[in-house]
Amino acid sequence: MKVFFLILCVFVLVSFAQAQQIQSYSFAELEEKISTEVQKQLLIVNFWATWCAPCIKELPYFEKLAEEFPKADFKVLLVSLDMEKEKAVNFSKKKQLQSEVAFLDEVDFNAWIDKISAEWSGAIPATLMISASGEKIFHEGELSQEELNAYVKRFIHKTQKL
Amino acid sequence: MKWSIIILSILTLGIGISANTARQQGYQVGDYATDFNLEGVDGKTVSLSDYREAEGYIVIFTCNTCPYAKMYEQRIIDLHKTYADKGFPVVAINPNCPERSPGDAMSEMKKRAEDKGFGFAYLQDVTQETTKAYGATNTPQVFLLDKESSGKLKVAYIGTIDNNYKDAAKANVHYVQAAVDALIEGKKVPETKTKAIGCTIKWKQA
Repeated sequence: MKVFFLILCVFVLVSFAQAQQIQSYSFAELEEKISTEVQKQLLIVNFWATWCAPCIKELPYFEKLAEEFPKADFKVLLVSLDMEKEKAVNFSKKKQLQSEVAFLDEVDFNAWIDKISAEWSGAIPATLMISASGEKIFHEGELSQEELNAYVKRFIHKTQKL
Repeated sequence: MKWSIIILSILTLGIGISANTARQQGYQVGDYATDFNLEGVDGKTVSLSDYREAEGYIVIFTCNTCPYAKMYEQRIIDLHKTYADKGFPVVAINPNCPERSPGDAMSEMKKRAEDKGFGFAYLQDVTQETTKAYGATNTPQVFLLDKESSGKLKVAYIGTIDNNYKDAAKANVHYVQAAVDALIEGKKVPETKTKAIGCTIKWKQA
């Protein structure tokens, strides 16, 4: 019985550890997070939402990047633009997303879209790749795994010596 | 090795340029817009020139299926109520390919317009030519047109309706209202270009 409890405890702990906590950010906080993260490694930021079909389709490609580029030092940050945080939380749990998910809690889009990229019309999905030295690649619209890999490859070559 | 680098740079440059020109397509504020001839939910085709009394048009690319379009639906209805009589009717265009987005088929558009009592024309851009000409990028997106005395249609504003998609009551900058009011009063439009998160246009698959 004791052993059973112990196993149960471990199991619960492990599953808790796997279900990531999703944090809410204002845009200013997100900007700060981006600038902190980018000091540690290359950063790939994807803007998505659970209601956006092309976004959902391409998410697995981002999840697969760690496997595609095992030697590269980068981080994927999935920024949810859902209307309610709960949607993003439930989706991440269901799909067991490994990349960090952030919830952007903002209603005034025009105030910050240009700060991500002047090229961005506002349509999602949209992806930003950014390095500490200020290298930037921005892509608006859906990506295939091949397209994403090509972008990441180009980005890594520009910024890192492998 | 040298050659491959040169070729790579040329390729990269090419990609950069093509991405740029793709963004430049469509109207900028100050350009002249062309009229169109599109089928509406009442079965009739509509052109801007049909509105003889109009002094301009609030052309809105919107649809049935995008969550943001739904959130702005009532605000679009209200814009028409407020401004149609003042010479600025709303003309809504659904740009989405119905094969890719079945919820945007004409039959669904008819239902939506009836259920919600749209007072404005709700048109379908089957060929997507108008959407391309205007350069709409997402739904909902407004192109405010000012009719000059010559009859030419000058783009006066491109962008979003206001600054709070979630709660109309909490929005405190009403871009479209401010722009139309300015045109009516013969003043300068305070803000001519804004951006908003929206759903991508569902383009026909080539």
